[in-house]
Amino acid sequence: MDTSSRNSYRFLFAGDSALVIQFGEVVDARINQHVRKIAAIVKSEDIEGIVDLVPTMRSLMIHYNPLYISQAELKNLITPLLGREFTLDDDIIRWRIPVCYDNEYAPDIEDVSRSLRVSAPEIIKQHTSVELEVFMMGFLPGFPYLGLLPEIFDLPRRVEPRVHVPPRSISVAARQTTIYTIDSPGGWHLIGQTPVDFYDPNRENPVLVKAGDKVSFFAIDSKEYPAVRLALKADEYPLTMDC
Amino acid sequence: MAVKIIDPGFNVTVQDFGRPKFQHLGVPVSGAISPTLLRLANALVSNAEYEAGLEIRLMGPTFEVLCDSLRIAVVGTSTPVEIIDGDITFQPANQSIKLKKGQIVKIGNVSDTGTTYLAIEGGFDLPKIYDSMSTYVRAGIGGYKGRALLAGDVVSLRTHSAADHGELKLNDTWFLDENGPLRVILGPQDDYFLSSSVETFFASKYSVTTEADRMGIRLDGPKLQHSKGYNIVSDGIVTGAIQVPGTGQPIMLLADHQTTGGYPKLGTVISADISRLGLLCPGAEITFQQVTVEEAEKILVEQELKIKTAIGNFKPAEPWLDHQALYNENLISGFM
Repeated sequence: MDTSSRNSYRFLFAGDSALVIQFGEVVDARINQHVRKIAAIVKSEDIEGIVDLVPTMRSLMIHYNPLYISQAELKNLITPLLGREFTLDDDIIRWRIPVCYDNEYAPDIEDVSRSLRVSAPEIIKQHTSVELEVFMMGFLPGFPYLGLLPEIFDLPRRVEPRVHVPPRSISVAARQTTIYTIDSPGGWHLIGQTPVDFYDPNRENPVLVKAGDKVSFFAIDSKEYPAVRLALKADEYPLTMDC
Repeated sequence: MAVKIIDPGFNVTVQDFGRPKFQHLGVPVSGAISPTLLRLANALVSNAEYEAGLEIRLMGPTFEVLCDSLRIAVVGTSTPVEIIDGDITFQPANQSIKLKKGQIVKIGNVSDTGTTYLAIEGGFDLPKIYDSMSTYVRAGIGGYKGRALLAGDVVSLRTHSAADHGELKLNDTWFLDENGPLRVILGPQDDYFLSSSVETFFASKYSVTTEADRMGIRLDGPKLQHSKGYNIVSDGIVTGAIQVPGTGQPIMLLADHQTTGGYPKLGTVISADISRLGLLCPGAEITFQQVTVEEAEKILVEQELKIKTAIGNFKPAEPWLDHQALYNENLISGFM
């Protein structure tokens, strides 16, 4: 997709308290980056009446209070911002996240290895080889969609979704990877588990990461896992990189 | 400065107006599913309209007053509030009620409407997470320990005695009688449906199934057909969105809905009609009417005026002694 069509957009109606700006209908990292750029521009304008900005893979949802601003007024304020140049920036955090890929924490890694015809060690190597971007948050509180993974991870979702996916499971599908934050149903392949809580209701800020943050994974083994978890609980295990 | 829960009722949760500013973190808004009723209940006990109250569906709690005195208001149900204090007395819903230490309050069966709120003067003394006390049970966040109330819970309050003044009552409960079509703005994915299905949707009756909770209401009625599949790349969801999964049966999404989703959404119930969704009971029949954004905005302003007028028109409530009048109004058949 070239730059000009990436920047084309459509407003979609989502009732009288939300407005969608759609930049595409497919999964494309560049469209997503554009969505987050527009979200940052709109946020920096501090428009009265806007309640929240939710970037997704392909669209930005603007939640607003219709008693403060009408949809027509909102569109008038937003439209000139859509062509503006802006560098994505500022409060981005770079995370280094330990993951245990040992079988007991990775119920699908052997299946994935068979269907991709790639060894488990190679899967781990590839999964830890790149710094990923948080494309969007959604599905569950604190649940990030990360990408893009190397091409070998271009695999469809499981045929049979699981009814229960344990919290902190690391999953892959369609060159993206996610971290389940609470027990939930799920259809992606589970190739590991992190001792890190991406959501913890008892923490002052329950959600760990946000769209735009960067995440890289590194492997720990199952013997280390409990100790790392304890160290995290004691706040003695740094997860961020010094930039 | 507390109440003690003796019987928790059914899935009673603390709700205010939720966490609308944190959807970008994947955190559902939550909050009252019928916000208009919570606002009125709060106004009856002189709270800020956005204070947290108890949200009650089907069966309410029974609790004991542990502080010196307490003022509550129950809005939604028509069932009188039972007060046990040696003998049993009743106080009507939709007005403020002053209670004394040691009295036991029973809300009981409130299944005459979908949702009822109980507000307490001064509000609860519970931690706010992401600016809100709303309970989101699925993620264990907010309210009382992130869950519905249980017997034995002692829920802290901000005040230890009720302000010294008379009681107020709500004169007009118009919000219980709104039963015209639910008004809907088309989109964001109406183009994912056959145009004949969009016509069917607006021309047909749908009934509320028993699969109705704080997350959404599954409807039963004429099946809607997708024109280009029922999977979309996830996009944002707003409360009131009408999403249609592969079954072709629409689901109206309420306060606890996920922040993003991958099913096409045919339309969105307008803000002014959101409170009505929470009042729907299983079996209720509903229809939909298409409106424009401009019409929805006008309707919302009119509704705000109605709510403010209702609050301005609160009347002093008589001291409650008139058992005969209550009996005559058939409010407590089965007692006395």
